[in-house]
Amino acid sequence: MKNSLIILLFFISGVILGLFHFLPDVMVNNDFSKYALYVLMFLVGISVGSDKSSWKAIKQYKFKIFLVPVCVIIGSLLGSLLISFLFSDLKIKEAMAVGAGFGYYSLSSIFITEISGYTLGVIALLSNILREIITLLASPLFAKYFGKLAPIASGGATSMDTTLPIIVKSSGKEYAMISVFNGIVLTILVPFLITIILKLL
Amino acid sequence: MVAGMIIGTILNDKKRFIFIIDKLVNWAIYALLFLLGISVGLNKTIINHLDNIGLKSLAITFGAVLGSILFALITYKIFFKKTKTPVK
Repeated sequence: MKNSLIILLFFISGVILGLFHFLPDVMVNNDFSKYALYVLMFLVGISVGSDKSSWKAIKQYKFKIFLVPVCVIIGSLLGSLLISFLFSDLKIKEAMAVGAGFGYYSLSSIFITEISGYTLGVIALLSNILREIITLLASPLFAKYFGKLAPIASGGATSMDTTLPIIVKSSGKEYAMISVFNGIVLTILVPFLITIILKLL
Repeated sequence: MVAGMIIGTILNDKKRFIFIIDKLVNWAIYALLFLLGISVGLNKTIINHLDNIGLKSLAITFGAVLGSILFALITYKIFFKKTKTPVK
């Protein structure tokens, strides 16, 4: 939670600087985000690769553990597809790409901005931050009425780090491994799914 | 990302190294979101339509979360509920 507040703060200070043009021309005329994104992807790869707990989880639950991220993918994409019909100016693939962020707001908003422009990028940022916030607030309710896997599903890609504590509290310690595994799988898939959805559909 | 994953697997348990990487990831994210913020601030169309953008964001989140937990409920009932966790 503290981390997302810091991120939001950086984002908002960027907005304010942009609004009032308190910027050197180099910043306005050059787009540095692509290079920063490459660095970020490389670093995320290192931290995913060095985490061993996912291998243990696969051994313990076998094929069943793969069903959890599959549920999140199908559920998120189907849910956001249906939502796109509510807005006349929101394309199906745009809504689905935002849904495919699975709560991973930093990476998804940057990728979507690169492919589809700033407007959809901001929607992705807000929507996926909201997903994390909803999970942090509503996990106990989800666990009670939608089963022990629901907080993990709601957390999406964040179920491996930021929302893990509340998930463990709501669903129990025995779901921690599933939660981390789910988060890792979705984290890896976010950039690929978004690119596929926006470029191929 | 794949290159990073391979390096991460090779380095695996060097805790201090991972700690530094996580810090670097955080700063890369801060920098990127700061840059995104600047572009948004410079973009008049977004600033003028913030209410519409906010509503869409909320609606998509609602759909995605509801979809996810419904499928999770089905999976939980069929595959997870009755089976006990194997002995560790």
